[in-house]
Order: sequence, then structure tokens, then C-alpha cells
Amino acid sequence: MSERVAVIGTGQTKHAAKRDDVSIAGLVREAALRALEDAGLGWADIDAVVIGKAPDMFEGVMMPELYLAPALGAVGKPIMRVHTAGSVGGSTALVAAHLVTSGIHDRVLTVAFEKQSDSDAMWALSVPQPFSAPLLAGAGGYFAPHIRAYMRRSGAPGHIGMQVAVKDRLQALKNPYAHLHLPDISIEMVEQSVMLWDPLHYLEACPSSDGAAAMVLGSEQAAAAAQVDTGRRPAWVHGMAMRSEPTMFAGRDQINPRAGRECAADVYRQAGVTDPRRDFDCAEVYVPFSWYEPMWLENLGFCDEGDGWKLTDAGSTSMDGGDIPWNCSGGVLSSNPIGASGMLRFLEAAMQVRGEAGEHQVDGTRRALAQAYGGGSQFFAMWVVGTDKP
Amino acid sequence: MAEAREPVTTLDTPIRLEYLFSAGIAQSKNLRGLAEGRFVGQRCPVCSKVYVPSRGSCPVDGVPTDEEVALGNTGTVTTFCVVNVPFAGQSIEIPYIVAQVLLDGADISFMGLIQEIPADQVRMGLRVEAVWVEPDQLGPSMASVKHFRPTGEPDAEYASYKDYT
Amino acid sequence: MPTPPSARGGRRPVAVVSFAQAQNQRREAHRNEVETLMPVFADVLGKVGITKDDVDFICSGSTDYLVGGPFSFVSALDAIGVWPPRRESHVEMDAAWALYEAWVVLQEDGVDAALVYGFGKSSLGDLSRIVALQLDPYVMAPLWPDPVALAALQARALLDAGKASEEDFAAVAARCRRSALDNPMAQVAYDRTVDELMTEDYVVAPLRRHALPPITDGAAAIVLAAGDKAFEWAERPAWITGIDHRIETHSPGGRDLTLSPSTAMAGRLAGVQDGRVDVAELHAPFAHQELILAQALDLGEGVSVNPSGGALAANALMAGGLIRIGEAASRIMDGRADRAVAHATSGPLLQQNLVAVLEGGR
Repeated sequence: MSERVAVIGTGQTKHAAKRDDVSIAGLVREAALRALEDAGLGWADIDAVVIGKAPDMFEGVMMPELYLAPALGAVGKPIMRVHTAGSVGGSTALVAAHLVTSGIHDRVLTVAFEKQSDSDAMWALSVPQPFSAPLLAGAGGYFAPHIRAYMRRSGAPGHIGMQVAVKDRLQALKNPYAHLHLPDISIEMVEQSVMLWDPLHYLEACPSSDGAAAMVLGSEQAAAAAQVDTGRRPAWVHGMAMRSEPTMFAGRDQINPRAGRECAADVYRQAGVTDPRRDFDCAEVYVPFSWYEPMWLENLGFCDEGDGWKLTDAGSTSMDGGDIPWNCSGGVLSSNPIGASGMLRFLEAAMQVRGEAGEHQVDGTRRALAQAYGGGSQFFAMWVVGTDKP
Repeated sequence: MAEAREPVTTLDTPIRLEYLFSAGIAQSKNLRGLAEGRFVGQRCPVCSKVYVPSRGSCPVDGVPTDEEVALGNTGTVTTFCVVNVPFAGQSIEIPYIVAQVLLDGADISFMGLIQEIPADQVRMGLRVEAVWVEPDQLGPSMASVKHFRPTGEPDAEYASYKDYT
Repeated sequence: MPTPPSARGGRRPVAVVSFAQAQNQRREAHRNEVETLMPVFADVLGKVGITKDDVDFICSGSTDYLVGGPFSFVSALDAIGVWPPRRESHVEMDAAWALYEAWVVLQEDGVDAALVYGFGKSSLGDLSRIVALQLDPYVMAPLWPDPVALAALQARALLDAGKASEEDFAAVAARCRRSALDNPMAQVAYDRTVDELMTEDYVVAPLRRHALPPITDGAAAIVLAAGDKAFEWAERPAWITGIDHRIETHSPGGRDLTLSPSTAMAGRLAGVQDGRVDVAELHAPFAHQELILAQALDLGEGVSVNPSGGALAANALMAGGLIRIGEAASRIMDGRADRAVAHATSGPLLQQNLVAVLEGGR
């Protein structure tokens, strides 16, 4: 009984360590204006705005959507602000999509951003809490032990992570918006980078970026009109889902979380996907630390449990000859404006389906998966987009 | 007309906020235990799992974990990483080992510092015990646990802790 | 089978079937957020005889800056027990907007019931400094304006425009605090005359103590159900027959502070004027703001405004708007009202506003 929804415009900023040429408002407008232009629309055509970002402490502004409302053309309109930790960019897009599938709105602008250089993100993640000893050193310190546990469980050799780090950076060279452009990247270079959180090298971790992503989501009618106006085809949403589970509980599998498996099963059911490796032409998956590629390959059902690293090792996830390219945009390992990182996955999947991904386009993409995760691998947001109207 | 000027790109706004935290009923019990040099766990009345520290509820069943369980001083390293990154507020010299320690009798691991062993010899399954600060330094904080060190026992079998990683 | 009243917007009838809140108080020193929420969930689910496994969607509203650490909503989930994994979402807004998100999701098949909650412990930090961080980070926040001083500017604008008097502010406060005497969850309740209140000193002129909200630690939860499930769970569901929200520009200097056009627009779109209004729960933290809101919604004589005492009786940030919806819905569910209006606000000086119309049907 739901209405159809499609991506009819996408826009993103040039991601960089420090975008001091723009204010927060300037940053989100850069992405939003590109998305509007791509959709052939103006501010007045938008019915509602849904904005997402990670913790407010990353910029030091509480509920910044209040101050951003006029910059996003939201005055006189509904605006919502989503925050679901690292998955927020994805869940923001899903909240926006539901405003269309529920039949409430026709054209919704959704935006996600982070301007990490405005504050100290590492500090914001490690705010000294009373009663506990300060041991953590940012997100890497949290995830590295789980990576070690994955290596033990799967028997994966140590070079797999470095291989992902190289592959995603090489793919980023084809994406002009990517933050990191490392033309000389190599296994040796990764290996020689500082071991920040053993077993994770510096170059196996995502950068800290300023950036924003925006999409215009439209109803069936809006999509048809945009296609006539712009000549660009929509990316139809074939399935969308969110799942959450607790941060920690006795016996929790943090390496292959059930919430991720069930979220994937839900979107696959909606989209009629039975064999993800065969049914998708490419995927954009939230891989902030190299080893999360093989871990998510298993979690998302692209292979059996324990075999994820073998796909990475065989080059199956590379644009360069692989059968199921992952993160052709360079992924989170190449650009990480935290709040926007999830939306960039959703947006890049849509760009692939629309044939608008430029140099990092996977030719003939008909169906793509996007995934974002957050918290302690506990919040998942996914969508499947395709060329065919569902 | 004034000549073109450099744009203002940065504005410093120092923000200092102070908070008075409430540990909560459950965590207070645990913190009082730490001040006495012992670990206090709490059992879920529904699933019987023992949480340490408990934040007040069983995250699976959403009910208060009222029953206190005295826990021993020893446990197993379920996984770990070597921290080599300096950050503000850090009080330990890098590199150091942060491990997930599963106390004997508990059903959840927590984060602890591993010392008195070379970093490259720390391994999953290592048996460890808590080393507490001097009695006059004990307080209601995890800082009462100076660190964990090897007990010298044989390593725990992978099967015994693999479901806790 | 009874049928729900006809609704504006939305294709599926959705109703509030249960509401619960924690005791509102100046400082909850013993319980942490999880321990505060657990009894609220037990209460809100227990009232309709269901468990967490009976809801298909969970949505919450809260803000990290009240707690002083990132991801404060994450540990709150441990109060529910989101296992097996759940469809769950969070807005960094008052939980009234979490209810809006749930209402949207309930418009589609496959989701028939939702648990919505909000929590805010305002006592942990210096609220006037924390709330200042909501302001434009370049030109306003660095000045650390006190929210009471901002509200006083708005009150002054009302006086200067001849739209209200200081006695009017006191009358709102006297009525709300008197109503709060009947609300066991209220934090501030008293029976004082306008004349008595007018003898109070100014906190920031023209606002006297009575015109200010209390600082409150609180939490609240609502269960929403769609269609037949609502009739199954509640004898008299409070149907949401209209709901809308709008925002205005941010800068107080760019707005006529004596008006609330976003409330007026949301009220129009929610259909406030489509029928007689018995009860209105308006989220007006400062006494003078109730006057602005009542005017924006064109509430005439005979409407019982803030029978719970409103935000002047208890002002749990991030839950206060949801509590207005819950209080309005309660009066439908227990038959005291047939048609109620609930309002929630967010941002400085009523910048963003949500209006819902709730009906019991006949």
C-alpha cells in the first residue's frame, strides 16, 4: 500500500580535512544546491527537509538544524533532525523516504553533514566520563579488538585489511569529491604507516573529514517530472530497512551482529534479492576500518560466514575486474564526514543506478546496495536502489 | 571602496560546560564495590546473566538487575588491541594494551588495561587478575583497578570465551 | 467494530492508546536515565497489557548536550531491551517529533504499533549555558545569551505592542499552577492570585518568577497503534486526526516575536478549526508564550488550556512536547474530552512548532 519513492537528485561537497572556506550553513548548502540542480528543482519545490548528523559535540552546536533552517530553505516547512550514531546518514535518508512512501509529501530534501574540523571529534568521542578509566582512544580503540576477534574466528591472514585500504584508496582516485587522493598508495605504504590500534595501521582507518551529502527524494509523479526536465533517470528505491540491537549484552556477537543480518534479510525480501553477490552490480558499504569489508561481506550475505576475507583476497570487491565491486567511490576509508558518511553510501548507490557516477561508474549497474552502521556495530540502515520502477 | 580583505575563516568560541553526573542505583553498588577493592556484578532475573558493571538494566530483557553477585579477581582476555595513538586526556604512556576482560562468573567482558607483560606477548585467552591501587587510593571509580596482569595459569580454551567476543 | 473519526492527512488511522511519565522533579539524583525510563516503559506498556514484543517500531527524542556526552540515546535503549533486533530510530529533537516520525511509519503496512519516548535530565549541567548552544554559532552563541533574557525580549515585545499586560502573564501562571494541583506528576503547583503573583520580583524584567518554567528532570512514553489494533488495546483510543509541524527563521531579530506563524500554519494544516476544541495542551515554557500560541491557534472561549499545568508545572526538556500530546490524549481516552489540541515547541522563542489534533469519535 506504500507509494513508490525515487532518488531524483544528488549532491555532495568536496570532502576535505578542513573546509574553512565555508560556514556550516555554507557546507550544507553546497551539497543541497547541487542536489536541487541535479533534480532540476528550486527551494520552493521542496515540501519538507530531513537533516542528519552525528553527535552535536562534533561542531559544538546543539541541534544545529534550528540555526540551519533558513539556509536549507526550510522556513515555513517541516524539518526533522535525525541522530542514530554512525548510521545516521542512512537512517536520515530513510526517514525522508518514508515521508514520500507514506503519501505525505512529493519532494523531500534530505541532507547530512559533519564539519569535524570545527571541534575535536576524537575528544568528543572520548569525553572523560566519571567512574571509568580513560582507556579508549577514539573509535579505532573500540573496533580494533573486534577486528582481532574476527581474524581469530575466520582465520584470515593479516594482509587482508591492508588490501582493502589500498583498493578503496585507488578507487577514490576516480572520485573527484573524495577527501583522500593517495596516488602512490600500496600495501608497503599501509604496512609502514603507524600501527595506531594494533592490529589497525593508520592507513587502515578512515580520515576525519568536513563534508555534506544531499538528495532529493521524489514520489512517482515527481520522478517522472524530473526525468522529463533533466533527462536523468531516477534511482528507484526497491527496499529499505533499519535495525538496532543493544551495545553489549551477554553472548552478543559483535563481529557478525544479528541486527545487520536481519536488516539485510528485510531489504532483500522487499527487493526480491535472493543472492546478493549475483543480484547486485555494486555496493556502497560503511567500511571505516579496512577489516569491516570482509566482516560486512559475511554479515550482508555476500558469502558464507568465515569466507569474507577470501572475496577480498581474490579481488572480487575491486572495480578492477571484481564481480561485485564495493565502495567504488573510495568509501568511508577515503572520505569520512561522519554524519554524512552513511548518506554518501546511499547517494553513491543511487548515482551508480542512475549512471551518473562518472569515472567510478560500474557500467550497466541495474541494482545496488547501500549500508550504513553505527554505535558499537548495533545500528543498521540499508536500502536497495534500482533502475526499474518497482 | 575598501581594498579586498582576507575573509574571516575562523572564530574561536571556547565552550566549557560542567556536569554533575548521576551514577544511578545499580552503578552505585558497583562503584562502592570498587572503592572496597572488589567487583560487584548483578544478575538479570529473567535470563540469569551476570552483568558487570550493570547500568541498571538487562539490555536484553529491559528489567532491573537487582540481585548482587560478588565476583572474584580473575578473568580471561577475550580480545585486545594495542593503543598507539596519543589523545587529549590520556593518562597512560603509549603503546599500551586495552583488553576485553571476562571476569570469572560474569557473562559480559569489560575494558581493562593489561600490564606486567610485554605488549607482544598479550594474547586472546590470557588469564589475568586485577591489580588494585593502594588501599588509601581506592575510590568509587574504575581507576581503583590499576591494571590487570597475567596470573601465570594456562590460557583459557578458545571455546570457553569465543561467545564473549 | 467502531470506526475511527475521519482524519486529515495520513491514509491509516493512528491513535495514542497509552501514555506514561516519570515523576517530574528538580533533580533525580538517584536514578540514571535507564533507571528512570524502565518504570515508565513498564507503566506505558502495562496500561494496555502489552510487552515490548508487541510494538513494531521504537522512536525516541533526546539531546546529548543535556547529558554531557555523545550518543546519550544509545544507552537509553537498554531500558527497553531491543533484542531480538528492532526497527528503531531517534531524533535529536523533542520526542513529539519522534511521535511524528512514528506516525509517518505507521501510515504504511507492516507496522501497526510503536513505542515513542523522550527523556531529559536538565539538572546535570547549567541549563542556561547549555541551551545557549542552540543559537547561531557565529553571531549569537558566543554571546551566551541567557534563555530567560531572550524570553524577556519576547515578553517585552508583547507589552510594547499592546497585546498583553504583565497581569495577563500572571493570570496564565496562576491558572496553570492551580491546574497543576490536580496533576500528581507536576513539579510546581500552587493556588495563588494574580495580585499575589504580581508582588514577585522580576527575574529579568518584564518576567517575574511565576512566568518562568521550572528546571525539570523527566521522561515520558506513548504507545501508538493503527487501525483495529488501537481498538483492541484501548477502549477509547485518542485518534490523531491531524498532525503537522513547521519551522521559522532562526534569528529572533528576523521574526515578529509577538506572533507564531509556524504554529498557526501547523494548526491550520492539522485541522484545529475543523471542529470544537475541548482541551488544548500548549507547550509554552514561559507564561507569555501561552498567549501567543492560543492566539496563533485561534482558540476561542471555552477551551480548557493546559489543564495539566503545562510546561509551567513541569518542563522536562525533550519530553515536554510529548507530554503535551500524552496529556491531551489522556483526556480523550478517559472521556473527559472529545476533541483536543496538543502542541510542542523546539528552539529559541517558539522557533519550531508541532500541532496535533486528537479525537475520540462518538
